[in-house]
Amino acid sequence: MTAQAIIQSLASGLLMGLLYGLIAVGLALIFGLMDVTNFAHGEFLMIAMYLSFFLFAFFAIDPLLSAPLVAAALFVFGAVIYLLIVRFAMRAKANAGMVQIFTTFGLAIVMRGLAQYFFTPDYRSIPQSWLGGKTISIAGIFLPEPQLVGALVSIAAFAGLYFFIHRTDFGRAIEATREDPGAVALVGIDKNRVFAFGWGLGAALVGLAGAIMASFFYIYPDVGASFALIAYVTVALGGFGSVFGAFAGGIIVGLVEATTALVLPPSLKSVGIYAVYLLVVFIRPRGLFGSI
Amino acid sequence: MDKEFAARRRRDLIIAAVLAAIAAATPLFVKDVVVQNILILTLMYAGLSQSWNILSGYCGQISLGHALYFGLGAYTTELLFTKFGVLPWFGMLAGGVVSALIAMGLGYPFFRLRGHYFVIATIVIAEIGLLLFHNWEWAGAAMGITIPIRGDSWLKFQFLRTKLPYFYFALALCCLAWFVTWWLENSKWGFWWRAVKDNPEAAESLGVDVFNSKMGAAAVSAFLVAIGGSFYAQFVSYIDPESVMGFQFSLLMALPAVLGGIGTLWGPVLGAAILIPLTELTRFKFGGSGRGVDLIVYGTLIVLISLALPRGLLSLFSRPKKTGAAR
Repeated sequence: MTAQAIIQSLASGLLMGLLYGLIAVGLALIFGLMDVTNFAHGEFLMIAMYLSFFLFAFFAIDPLLSAPLVAAALFVFGAVIYLLIVRFAMRAKANAGMVQIFTTFGLAIVMRGLAQYFFTPDYRSIPQSWLGGKTISIAGIFLPEPQLVGALVSIAAFAGLYFFIHRTDFGRAIEATREDPGAVALVGIDKNRVFAFGWGLGAALVGLAGAIMASFFYIYPDVGASFALIAYVTVALGGFGSVFGAFAGGIIVGLVEATTALVLPPSLKSVGIYAVYLLVVFIRPRGLFGSI
Repeated sequence: MDKEFAARRRRDLIIAAVLAAIAAATPLFVKDVVVQNILILTLMYAGLSQSWNILSGYCGQISLGHALYFGLGAYTTELLFTKFGVLPWFGMLAGGVVSALIAMGLGYPFFRLRGHYFVIATIVIAEIGLLLFHNWEWAGAAMGITIPIRGDSWLKFQFLRTKLPYFYFALALCCLAWFVTWWLENSKWGFWWRAVKDNPEAAESLGVDVFNSKMGAAAVSAFLVAIGGSFYAQFVSYIDPESVMGFQFSLLMALPAVLGGIGTLWGPVLGAAILIPLTELTRFKFGGSGRGVDLIVYGTLIVLISLALPRGLLSLFSRPKKTGAAR
């Protein structure tokens, strides 16, 4: 194995890892804000990919251009899901953890069923987008353009999110609600609005990821499931509740996956991710950057 | 109070005996093979869910990776059967022991994890098992194992002419899981589990051996689920990694308990009695089209019941208890 090949796969791993980070960051945001894991996160990704696909198929809008549209649509979708369903799941007095897990799982199953019903189980792809199938080469290292753009978007989105949480009034309201949901009501912050906004934002981030992935990945009703598991691992690896942890976790997961693929058969590449997750939480049961 | 409790336990046992007798008699009246098939699956999932409930319901360690034990039961039995000619009855026990040992081995690191970290660790470990079996050539890799036909007898646990023996075995398994739960519920273990579920720190300070009680629950739970896996393998006579270790089994085991009432004696039975026929019928009616209507019906039901009845359907029949205990 040449050094060239190793650098090549680490570079690909880094790009993929940033994309994993982007998928996971929304999940971490929602969890950090309200201690709820969205087990339908993968299905949010799937919806975003289909949306991107149909915008391309019917209106010939390139996934790169439709990404903001898809993110906006997912924002609304996420907020509506919160207001219609999750809000009630959070009111459960008994078995609260269980209720949240199964409500969001149930939602995932419904979304998958709806996708199968309306879009059929067929695999679809966007044949010719601006980025699809193109690579650029830097010093002999080939980088696929969709993943490269995805990585850049991920960095930008993370920087934006960081700025938003720490520098804007609404971000501060989110932080405050996270710290003490009861007390913020006294200063006139509507907890439900903050939570709905948090869900919207989380969904918008995964929407961005979905739009970019639509240009290089097959689109089918179950596509979310495998990415969702990686996203949960990413978030837990970084530490539940830590947005920064999810971003760092994504990079680690991408690199580990690429390294595993060098030494094990490709079908086992996820084993490396899972093993690292187990190793990290056994040493640090709260993940790398988790505080709660 | 003690008297009332003893009376309730006796009543539970009598109800269970009556229900088991009624169930045993149903094949006399129900000759339709499709319906018999649904009954077998219902009993099997009731048993599995009851077993899952021991660790996740009573002891509060929510596992979404029990498919691992189901698959290990199926694979141990069938590998011993096809490679070494060991009768499924022994394979079944071996599968149970293997699963219980692995569950305890995993317990060492896993039981330090809390909440979502634990849930995700269970999903991840089952997924690792799935991937390993997928790549394990000797165990048939992705192609799986077709169980050869060696006869039609209880000895070989293969039945070609009728499904009735499978029905009675599934019934026995369901009764066993129920009885084990009933028995443990009132033992030292049962009380420890509920204490661990409610408040591990407080339990620890009162002298409950938190770690060992979780280990006990994991071992019993995994053993019984593995027996279910062996049964399933003989019943469908073909296994591959996805069909016995897939994530859907982890979910299908958990759902009856969740819908019926988690951490209760009757929840899994009630949940399975409603959920499994419903799943099978919606699949029978809509699933053939491959268009996902069964998923929509099924998922909607899960969401609605989780939201409307967080304690499960069983809570409709009992007045809320004054003590906040796990029952």
